[in-house]
Amino acid sequence: MANLVSALGDLSAAEDAAQDAVETALETWSRDGIPDNPGAWITTVARRKAIDRIRRDKNRAEKSEALARLNLRHAERSDDELEEETIVRDEQLRLIYGCCHPSLSAEAQIALTLRAVAGLSTPEIASAFLLPEATLAQRLVRAKRKIRDAGVPFKIPDDAELLARTSEVHKVIYLLFNEGYAASDGDELIRTDLCDEAIRLGKLVANLLTDDAEAFGLVALMQLTHARRPARTNLDGSLVLLADQDRDLWDQELIDEGNEALEQAMRFAKPGPFQIQAAISALHCAARTADATDWEQIELLYRRWLAMARTPVVALNHLVAVSMVEGPKEAFDRLERGDLPETLAAYAPYWALRADLLAKLDRDEEAKAAYQTAASLAGSAPEQSFLQQKATQSDLTPGTN
Amino acid sequence: MKYALLIYGDETSPAVSPPQDSPEFAELIGGYMAFGEEAGSQGKIVAGEALHDTDVATTVTVVDGETVTTDGPFAETKEQLGGFYILECADLDEAIAWAAKIPTAKTGRIEVRPVQSYDDEGQPT
Repeated sequence: MANLVSALGDLSAAEDAAQDAVETALETWSRDGIPDNPGAWITTVARRKAIDRIRRDKNRAEKSEALARLNLRHAERSDDELEEETIVRDEQLRLIYGCCHPSLSAEAQIALTLRAVAGLSTPEIASAFLLPEATLAQRLVRAKRKIRDAGVPFKIPDDAELLARTSEVHKVIYLLFNEGYAASDGDELIRTDLCDEAIRLGKLVANLLTDDAEAFGLVALMQLTHARRPARTNLDGSLVLLADQDRDLWDQELIDEGNEALEQAMRFAKPGPFQIQAAISALHCAARTADATDWEQIELLYRRWLAMARTPVVALNHLVAVSMVEGPKEAFDRLERGDLPETLAAYAPYWALRADLLAKLDRDEEAKAAYQTAASLAGSAPEQSFLQQKATQSDLTPGTN
Repeated sequence: MKYALLIYGDETSPAVSPPQDSPEFAELIGGYMAFGEEAGSQGKIVAGEALHDTDVATTVTVVDGETVTTDGPFAETKEQLGGFYILECADLDEAIAWAAKIPTAKTGRIEVRPVQSYDDEGQPT
């Protein structure tokens, strides 16, 4: 959209044109498959359509008036405009459900969504996933060929399928968000636009399924996580841990929105992993200082989450909460007792937690070795340098990590 | 669009291929008749056949102009092709929905393959 706006200099015309273009795209793509460069294709088609439109609407109101129209509150919009919005929304949803079709591999789903829905370029997606560009391009070509040859539909699934299909879409949206948030890319820790896009898509899907608790839970989780983003890195790009973050930098407006979405989700009384994670995030956001964090509630929530999904990462996070509630000794003992899967040994956060606990137990040498291992396994440059610094730090006094 | 729904299962498993005089066999046949009735009444079925087991299969290849036949299937696999349908469907979602209704979907697997079509010049369409 930003592309188009600069090309056309008229936001409203650009929006109309983009809508036309997406409409055309959906027709053409489900017939002929997705083109090699969908983003550029949409922009080209949109520009052409916008020119048509401007020619058609010679008497159209001035640009300023058109902009004012965009700022009208929802309730003041005309029926035509509301209908137009519904059309755009439905088209985007069709695009999402098509890209996240279960007949495509999980990798293809996320790549296609990033490409066709979020408008990322092939090199951008490749670098986000640490894949050679050729591999990613091949993956997209294969997926597009399957869409065309196998007749993968771009449509909102029938009611019977909707819930199951939506949970697939949720996975892709959340992956997209995490890619933006954690950006294993190395160069850029946070890619705000990816996170914003994920939140936008999450809302779109939540509003389609007005009765899916997890859809709202996902939106809440992303908002409550994203709200802390401004405090998450220093000016030089280095990481700031939650406990050390300047909480005044948190985006209070987004926190409020997230809490609202979480409340909406909880009204359905159908808890799920996204809602639990959102609730944990909400508790962090509610604490004015790190010391004020309600770790007991958080520990309970992790325990509940573990009961639903016993994954290594959840188990690890639960242990962090245990260390806050029952102390580092208890957490370390549980870590040592080894009821965690072996795959964790290749996972940087496992070594970071182990190191933190060792440091708190005054076992500095072992802690440094563990930080060293964590640093060697970390995915992004800021994470790496953060852990590396820990490994060589002389004083590992608890509270500084 | 036409889709081939290829029905795979372990032909040695009684769940997939129950003995002919058993109640399970009658139930399976009933299930296939119901499927044929439902899909057929909607004009979906282009073709559909059940196949004998692979122990009576013959594999044919031509080597240097000479026909070479071997007894048995071309590849020994855990699951074998036991039958197929060709269905006319609007899109992959519809084909998947029909595949899920095939009785053997519960005990085996259905591979959904779009049928390739060609125009008069022999070009893929």
